[in-house]
Amino acid sequence: MNTINKEPERQDLEMLLPWHATGTLSRRDSDRIERALATDGELARQYALVREELAETIHLNETLGAPSARAMDKLFAAIDAEEARSPRRRTSFDLAQRISEFLAGFTLRTLAWAAGAAAVALIVQAAVIAAVVLKDERPPTAGPKLASVNRGSFAMVRFAPQATAAEITNFLGAYKASLVEGPLKAGGGLYRIRLAENPLPPNDVGKIVRRMQEESRIVGFIAAAD
Amino acid sequence: MQVLYARHHVRVFRFVIRIVRDESTAEDLISDVFLDVWRQAGRFQGRSSVSTWMLAVARFKALSALRRRPDEEFDETSTAGIEDGSDDPHTSLEKKDKSALIKRCLAGLSAQHREIIDLVYYHDKSVEEVAAIVGIPENTVKTRVFYARKRLSELLKAEGIERGWP
Repeated sequence: MNTINKEPERQDLEMLLPWHATGTLSRRDSDRIERALATDGELARQYALVREELAETIHLNETLGAPSARAMDKLFAAIDAEEARSPRRRTSFDLAQRISEFLAGFTLRTLAWAAGAAAVALIVQAAVIAAVVLKDERPPTAGPKLASVNRGSFAMVRFAPQATAAEITNFLGAYKASLVEGPLKAGGGLYRIRLAENPLPPNDVGKIVRRMQEESRIVGFIAAAD
Repeated sequence: MQVLYARHHVRVFRFVIRIVRDESTAEDLISDVFLDVWRQAGRFQGRSSVSTWMLAVARFKALSALRRRPDEEFDETSTAGIEDGSDDPHTSLEKKDKSALIKRCLAGLSAQHREIIDLVYYHDKSVEEVAAIVGIPENTVKTRVFYARKRLSELLKAEGIERGWP
């Protein structure tokens, strides 16, 4: 116990070192610690220990593996069952808020440890997809808008995990395509995109889909859809 | 929901498995956690981040599951941590490696100490967020982390590594 019977200011700084290492302190506290570290060799030495613990804790957790697909299957089966019993629940789910909250929850260090640049790309991709999709999730103001969403030629697409937001935007722009729905309940990160405003002959749709499929950097899977 | 699950399920799983120490139970629990999140989404007030909210739900469910297993408890004094990947019959060489030793000692912390170290170092939770997840005052969060680190140094010392602190 006597370890923490030090002068209160120094003791407080010492206790905050783990949060300084993870970058989760307020600016004010971080500045206090930075000033102290510059002049207090013992505190700096202890900070080195904290950073060592930080690295090993992250590494230890990263070796714990991940859940099997069973967990996801069980979850979405349960959601499907509840939706079937109460279909109106889906409309109360504020996806926009959920996604913006989870995006806000990430830190750069977490991302770096999780999967490096690929993770950043995934998140940006999700944000862009969410933004585009959510634009269409808002309640339609009149019948014609709904009708226009359902008119045209469509495909189901799963974007490649490494595709960046800019690449997806450019990809859709190059084909004059737009996201209309997704991720779909069918799972697998599928999105419905509109290839043309008007219904095209099946052969023409097939040609577009094949061209899109060749862009493997951006498209993981694509198929024509109704 | 799929996006939310894709982004968070691994971390929630790792948080849970460090508590329940059983992969199958942890998988069942994360399904329950995300189902609760889906059910309660409309009531989420945004007072904390989604990940903090999910970890709090996960912790509650994991501890409830432990209470249903009569031979398992979230015992503060328990040092029976989940096995570190290095903790196998071939560890004699690894014991000489400081990094592996630190991980062994981290895994050997008590359940409460492991939990709080993970929340701070791995889950990037602030003092306030840890307090919300664990349900303890902020000052207790700070002192618990301090004593967890102190205990880690003691375990390392017993393994022959003198850190010079505390």
